[in-house]
Amino acid sequence: MNDVIVKSLVVPAHPHPLLVPEQNAGWQRIRDAYDEARKVVEESGADIIIIYSTLWPSIIGHQIQALPEAEWTLVDADFHDVGSIPYHLKIDAEFAEAWNQANHARGLDSRTVAYHGFPIDVGSVVALKLLNPNNDIPAVICSSNVYADRAETSVLAKSCLDALAATGKKAVAVSVMSLSNRMFTEPINPIDDRIHSQKDDEWNQKILELLSQGRLEDVAQLSRTIHNQIRVQKVVTFKPMWWLSAMNDNRNDLNGDVLAYEAIHGAGAGVIILDPTSSGQGDIEYDEDDVEVFAGERSVLANMENPETVTKSNSDIVHASSAPKPVGAYPHARREGDLLYLSGIGPRHPKDNSIPGGPIKSPEGESLEYDIKAQTRAVVDNLEIILKEAGSSLDKVIDVTSFLVNMERDFQGYNEVWAETLGKVGPTRTTLAISALPTPIAVEMKVIAKA
Amino acid sequence: MAKGSIVAGLLAPHPPHLVYAENPEQNEPTSEGGWEQLRWGYERLRESLSEVDYDCLVILSPHWQTYVGTHFLGVENFKSLSVDPVFPNLFRFHYDMKIDVELAQAIHDEAQGQGMSVKMMENPDFRVDYGTITSCHMVRPQWDKPIVAISSNRGNAYYSVEVMQEMMLELGRVTRKAIEDSGKRCVLIASNSLSHRHFTTESAVPEDMSVEHITSHAMHLWDMRIIELLRAGKSQQVVNEMPEFVEQAIAEADGGALTWMLSAIGMPEQEAILHGYGTIIGTGNAIMEWPCHAWSDA
Repeated sequence: MNDVIVKSLVVPAHPHPLLVPEQNAGWQRIRDAYDEARKVVEESGADIIIIYSTLWPSIIGHQIQALPEAEWTLVDADFHDVGSIPYHLKIDAEFAEAWNQANHARGLDSRTVAYHGFPIDVGSVVALKLLNPNNDIPAVICSSNVYADRAETSVLAKSCLDALAATGKKAVAVSVMSLSNRMFTEPINPIDDRIHSQKDDEWNQKILELLSQGRLEDVAQLSRTIHNQIRVQKVVTFKPMWWLSAMNDNRNDLNGDVLAYEAIHGAGAGVIILDPTSSGQGDIEYDEDDVEVFAGERSVLANMENPETVTKSNSDIVHASSAPKPVGAYPHARREGDLLYLSGIGPRHPKDNSIPGGPIKSPEGESLEYDIKAQTRAVVDNLEIILKEAGSSLDKVIDVTSFLVNMERDFQGYNEVWAETLGKVGPTRTTLAISALPTPIAVEMKVIAKA
Repeated sequence: MAKGSIVAGLLAPHPPHLVYAENPEQNEPTSEGGWEQLRWGYERLRESLSEVDYDCLVILSPHWQTYVGTHFLGVENFKSLSVDPVFPNLFRFHYDMKIDVELAQAIHDEAQGQGMSVKMMENPDFRVDYGTITSCHMVRPQWDKPIVAISSNRGNAYYSVEVMQEMMLELGRVTRKAIEDSGKRCVLIASNSLSHRHFTTESAVPEDMSVEHITSHAMHLWDMRIIELLRAGKSQQVVNEMPEFVEQAIAEADGGALTWMLSAIGMPEQEAILHGYGTIIGTGNAIMEWPCHAWSDA
């Protein structure tokens, strides 16, 4: 269990509890619950409030709000008649950039946005106005990518945890969302508000029952079913539970507390607090691929009923974030059954693509002196990085094919390093002389290892 | 008072890239151009409308999404900054627009009389959506005509494409009736693209046209089919095929703008004029005109 998420919250997005709570007793109870949640947040010791915004759709990866002082006056697109919301939010721009970089390291496309007048969505504004009215705790807000599947959304959470670990911050994670989101399609008298249908209410009750038992991951796994049953097919689906669950290590043993559940114009509004202290109940039952990095296209055209198909294929591919990038459109490795098949790996340094021991020729094609031992050691180092990120290790290598561009000159040095490293592991080996490699390197190895 | 009329119907897509590429003084980011095929199409459209006398633009944009009925801007002037939530790097536009509140109210009242769920938006702090701004700017960059802006009631999201279309067909009929009763001459704008599958990455230089193309052959086939049907005057067939088009091309016409506009101009059998076609971040976009003024004069 991670120790950086000190509380997790699910809160509703509509402006009524903020602007007109007095018009409906249920809206007032949501407002009261928000006030109670605010105290919990204030006492949590959190350094930052992190919001995954379901009302901020994005299509180019994910966007992270990074304007330090975000000011505007917001009006809801539907409920403009309940009033305007002037806001001034304090955003942790430094953390936003750290999260952005962590996203890139895990293969996600993302960017920070820092523009005056950026239309921060109503849900994020309502949540921050009520949970953090004096900006005592800086916040960060992330969009919800309309094409993202569970794998991508989970990786987004993992990179957020990476950024928290790197910055040493404790966080409150907030999903701003309706439960059932079907609203009445005509104006109603506020005192007549109720959940749109009995079916929606029953599903909401089930969600609340699970969350009150701390079974967040179970709700996340039911996300697609819930979306099909009680969610209007708006731009963003019921994916915030994927994010929130991944922020909590996909756990089912949290402590849940439902502070309020009411209707807002027919939609299900809940204020729920999840404490990371283990309840001692429930097991993880995590039956989906636990993806560490994002690879490949989003599954917008995939069958919504079978998103696992895409997730599985992605999980077979290994992109090692700490290894030098491939020089073409191929992964570092693929997992097939119990085996890992690595692409040909050279000696380039992961950070700057420099070649330890020097390149074998200049950009103009002139031959240069180089150190084959240094290059061979760097190849082995890179192999170790990739194997480690794929969940394997150097001592699980079972077969190696080595390529040398100058067998006569380099075999001895290469062989000495081999003896010091892989030779101690004992894989089978084939060494070939070839005329050239794509970059000015002298040695490359292709490896098969146990996963 | 003379009977009002719709002098033209337009299909006028609103990707903010087009405004970005034009470098108008109102937009903060600057570009090296791009998407010329579409911008030249808008040039041809403006030229085609240059001799047409009209009083106002009436637009339905899918980026003012409402779930509680159809809404109409009901304040005489809006002046503010619009920042695109998806492409803030391209569109930060300082707008100043006049609203024809009288006509908006008339359409609202006509719709209400027919039992539709409608509401006037009378909050002066409201920010106009970037779709409305982009289409209006590309059609009439002088910003000298008042506008009636209609929200996109998400009937498709709540019910089905078929129900959405029934609602938009009715909204089109009441729009036409209100315009005729007003005595005004109006240009109607359906602000939407055709196929709507985006790329999920953006090049370092957004206007780099070497990477711009349709996302897939299937999307291209749908775009060409819809354009050819409209060029052949088969608007009813487009409406008939709308459920398949929306599902298979993830079409932005799911917001109802195209159906509304075609209904308002009487589901024409006349051929539409294609001024331009191009892709923007993989989506298909056509600029088309139905010159109703020429039909009534004939």
